[in-house]
Amino acid sequence: MRQALSICRKEFNSYFTSPIAYIVIAIFLLVTGWFFFATFFLFNQASLRNFFSLLPSVFAFVVPAVTMRQLAEEFNVGSYETLLTLPVQFTDVVVGKFLAGVAFIAAMLVPTLAYPVTVALLGSLDWGPVAGGYLGAVALGAAFAAIGLFASAVTRNQIVAFIVGLAICFALTLVDQVAIFMPAGFTAVFTYLAVDVHFQNIAKGVIDTRDIVYFASLCFIGLYATHLALRSKT
Amino acid sequence: MICVENLTKTYNTVRAVDGISFNVQQGEILGLLGPNGAGKTTTLRMLTGFLKPTSGSIHVGDLSIADHALEIKKALGYLPESAPLYHDMLVYDYLRFVAAVRGMDAPRREDRIREIAGLCGIETVMHQPIGILSKGYKQRVGLAHAMIDDPDVLVLDEPTSGLDPNQIVEIREIIRRIGKAKTIIFSTHILSEAEATCDRVLIIHRGRIAADSSTVRLKETLGSRSQVHLTLRQADPDEARRELSAVPGVAGIEALEPADGQVRLVLACRPGSDPRADIYGRIRRTDWVLLDFHQETQSLEDIFRELTKES
Repeated sequence: MRQALSICRKEFNSYFTSPIAYIVIAIFLLVTGWFFFATFFLFNQASLRNFFSLLPSVFAFVVPAVTMRQLAEEFNVGSYETLLTLPVQFTDVVVGKFLAGVAFIAAMLVPTLAYPVTVALLGSLDWGPVAGGYLGAVALGAAFAAIGLFASAVTRNQIVAFIVGLAICFALTLVDQVAIFMPAGFTAVFTYLAVDVHFQNIAKGVIDTRDIVYFASLCFIGLYATHLALRSKT
Repeated sequence: MICVENLTKTYNTVRAVDGISFNVQQGEILGLLGPNGAGKTTTLRMLTGFLKPTSGSIHVGDLSIADHALEIKKALGYLPESAPLYHDMLVYDYLRFVAAVRGMDAPRREDRIREIAGLCGIETVMHQPIGILSKGYKQRVGLAHAMIDDPDVLVLDEPTSGLDPNQIVEIREIIRRIGKAKTIIFSTHILSEAEATCDRVLIIHRGRIAADSSTVRLKETLGSRSQVHLTLRQADPDEARRELSAVPGVAGIEALEPADGQVRLVLACRPGSDPRADIYGRIRRTDWVLLDFHQETQSLEDIFRELTKES
């Protein structure tokens, strides 16, 4: 566990020594800010629902960009060998990198707290859904980070890692949209698989165990697959 | 200290390492020698727990790598080939990270980092990103990384490859200095290096051990096939051959192209014999003029070439 935390700290710091962090944060804030405020005054409602309804699609792009280098670059440079011959286990590497990714996503969300503050100044904001929304956003970010980490573990090319991660995350985001085209029996399955449905539940301020279990299982599956991908390399 | 038995590694259909067994004593400097692609790096990677052996066992002390990988990794410092480190990290940050992962307690870390920086000569680059360092400095940072926790065993994969002659001497100097107290295994394909630094060499060829002995003994046993070179004037080549082949200890004579009326001969000596005195005695009885008389023992270079010849 100590090793995992050391790796996490190192990974988190290394985001900010390269320009990637700043570019990703800037793009994220620009996109969410624009889409949120472009229609905000038309609805004339003091809520952040618009912001949160967009978040899964934006995260499907942004999170794989955050995680793409985590393992792919290590394989490419060869530093993976130096890392793995330190007294660490696969779990330390996987968990450390995952936690760093989640911490970075949380840090990325901090500047968006300006939105609820602005909205609260303009009208009476219900803080319950906002708190739920941020909790859900971190859960969603963690699930996508686990998937992105797996995508990064299967290749030494960061672009490939990004595209694989994006494809999986985007598929999970949109899967409920195609549910209506599916045979009746599959609709429930596809709806259950959809990230969007579970996220919007939490963003309404309703914290249901089913949604928590869903995100936790996504994280677990992603991390376990990463673990297997790393083990197959020895 | 380290006991490797029947180590084998197969990649798909290729046998990179094929049943290697050896022991390393505490405090010994072992050189792993072999042409490129002989299986040196694969062997070291299995030794350091990076790769899983297809079969065979590795023990460090009483611990087996299959069951106690973590403990073994803790007792081991490893510098992979060409020191692949995190390019965007500062040297100091990197060493602190390694110290933390290795579980060194915080107060000790700072002192140790300062100490190791002095030992490896990297004080001046501590606050530069690793990516912009020259190859020599990168290698030294790699050495510092391997030694930071003062491990009992150091494993270095081609620590001097790609360095200029001055840097090679410096790195060798560091290895020798720390080698007094530690067990060191390092791989190289430069023979003079193994000769200069190691107590013992293991020559690996095509995944198998071609020779395993101390540097001195290797030269004695395999290098006993020495040759005596002679240059004579006022001598008849055929007569000289006849005369000298009668000397006990001379296995064969080869005549080189004569030049300026000189006769040049190469006398191959029988293993273990030194017929120089007899050869000289024989020459003194004639009226030949002796211009050159020297012995050449087979160097490690030749032994290496012979053992690893593509057949």
